[in-house]
Amino acid sequence: MKILNRRDLLKGAGALVAGATLPISLVEMAFADSSLNFTFAYISDSHIQQIKGSKFVRNWDRGLIRAVAEANLMNPRPDFIFYGGDIAQLGKKSEIDHGLDILSGLRDKVHYVMGEHDYYLDLGEHWKKRLGPDHYSFDHKGMHFVVLNSILTYDDWTYDRWKDGEERMGVMAGLDDHRGSPFMVGEKQRAWLKKDLAKVDVNTPVTVLSHSPLQKIYRGWNFWTEDAEQIQALLKPFKKVNVFYGHVHQIQYNQIGNISFHAAMATAWPWPYPQSNAKAESSLPKLTVQMNRADPFFERDATGWQYIDIHSGNATMNFSLPDNSPRTVAFNPATGRPEDVKYQHNRIPPQTHF
Amino acid sequence: MTSKTVTMVVLITAVLLMTGIQAVQADEYTSADLELWQNEYDAAVKRGRQVFTDQKLGTNGVVCAQCHPNAANTHPETYPKYQKQLGKVATMAEMINFCIMNPLEGSALALDDQRMVDMQAYITNERKGESLAPGKH
Ligand code: HEC
Repeated sequence: MKILNRRDLLKGAGALVAGATLPISLVEMAFADSSLNFTFAYISDSHIQQIKGSKFVRNWDRGLIRAVAEANLMNPRPDFIFYGGDIAQLGKKSEIDHGLDILSGLRDKVHYVMGEHDYYLDLGEHWKKRLGPDHYSFDHKGMHFVVLNSILTYDDWTYDRWKDGEERMGVMAGLDDHRGSPFMVGEKQRAWLKKDLAKVDVNTPVTVLSHSPLQKIYRGWNFWTEDAEQIQALLKPFKKVNVFYGHVHQIQYNQIGNISFHAAMATAWPWPYPQSNAKAESSLPKLTVQMNRADPFFERDATGWQYIDIHSGNATMNFSLPDNSPRTVAFNPATGRPEDVKYQHNRIPPQTHF
Repeated sequence: MTSKTVTMVVLITAVLLMTGIQAVQADEYTSADLELWQNEYDAAVKRGRQVFTDQKLGTNGVVCAQCHPNAANTHPETYPKYQKQLGKVATMAEMINFCIMNPLEGSALALDDQRMVDMQAYITNERKGESLAPGKH
């Protein structure tokens, strides 16, 4: 297994990074036949937020600007970049455009995933105009990639309940707003996915990208996809499947059958784990060793970046955390699941940073 | 005074005190009182949630709930506690002001500002049932 360190990756980035958070993810796909190896970066959840006119929230801008700068310094060069969703905070054209302006600084091709903050103002119209379809697939060096729009919901919620798109977006933007509605991929995309996968050999590793987790973690904050089981069933025939998702703004990983799940950190702000909500019952995978609590005195804390190494389709995520030990979550063939190589059996106490 | 008289004086005082308490208890609070207290508290919690999601609290439109869904990670039960970066034992209100001034780019509230009190009502209410753990990080 090849674990790259941050210094190898960010050649010449010393002056820029200087021990701060690196809010992007680099994914390395390493195959038994090393000529198939490749890397990609993964940037997610920038939540670009307009204050007024050309004024945007500085903190969120900085996170994305830093991610772009560092992705451009990565070595080896990634083959492409995934953007995991939620470019915008309130789905406004101005927010999406401002985010895409910053992202246009990337030197590599970007594949985009739709987030709920990009969608619920105009039902993704502006996003699609700028970026194209919200679900698609492609093949790259022996791997089949699928992108899904997983943040749809029930039609009556979307179409019949709100006086306008702004009100609808406002409700869906509030993670803890009880008037929200559970995310789903929906019947239409599931039918498309079934057809798309029918062409793929079961020995081909499949990687799926969605904004929400294609597993059920905590419904109260929509760390959830209503039809997760149905998607998992469609992915079941394949020998190896990886699912990467954004939305949760924290390190999560899990193994369900043949599917390894990994979440990305946000470039904007970290979220507490569902267990920290005293009133919640959640099923955060027991497997996940949680992130340390964030330092409120350091605005980039617990926003971070990861890169992934893949052997025969198995992923190794590497997380860089400022002022905290870096973390590596690797697929352990002996146990058949992703594990934190250092902390899985030696859990970190919260806030060692303080 | 002998020690006997002292005892007597104390006893008499105690009896007087008890009678005093009985007098207060005779004036029992009514269900209307209970209702008032509950309603006032509930109203503060409700207003607190509004402040917690108020885009006008700071200057950049960012709201508390964006980072603290259900007021998670505010840990009211751990205050007062030592905050290394403040270099002292602080109350929750001081940390609320820290978050108003930084992520929200706003100005600190007076500690007895109605919004400050209401936010504390909301935050603490979300953590109802947690045991007190003052000083805990
Ligand atoms: C950009 C994200 C962000 C926003 C917005 C934000 N906070 Fe925080 N806040 C944090 C982080 C991160 C911490 C540290 C969390 C921890 O200790 O686990 C924190 C800590 C706190 C704490 C202390 C928690 C502890 O245990 O020490 C309180 C209280 C608090 N915030 C209240 C608020 C209030 C009230 C608002 C709105 C005025 C607010 N925060 C807005 C990120 C934010």
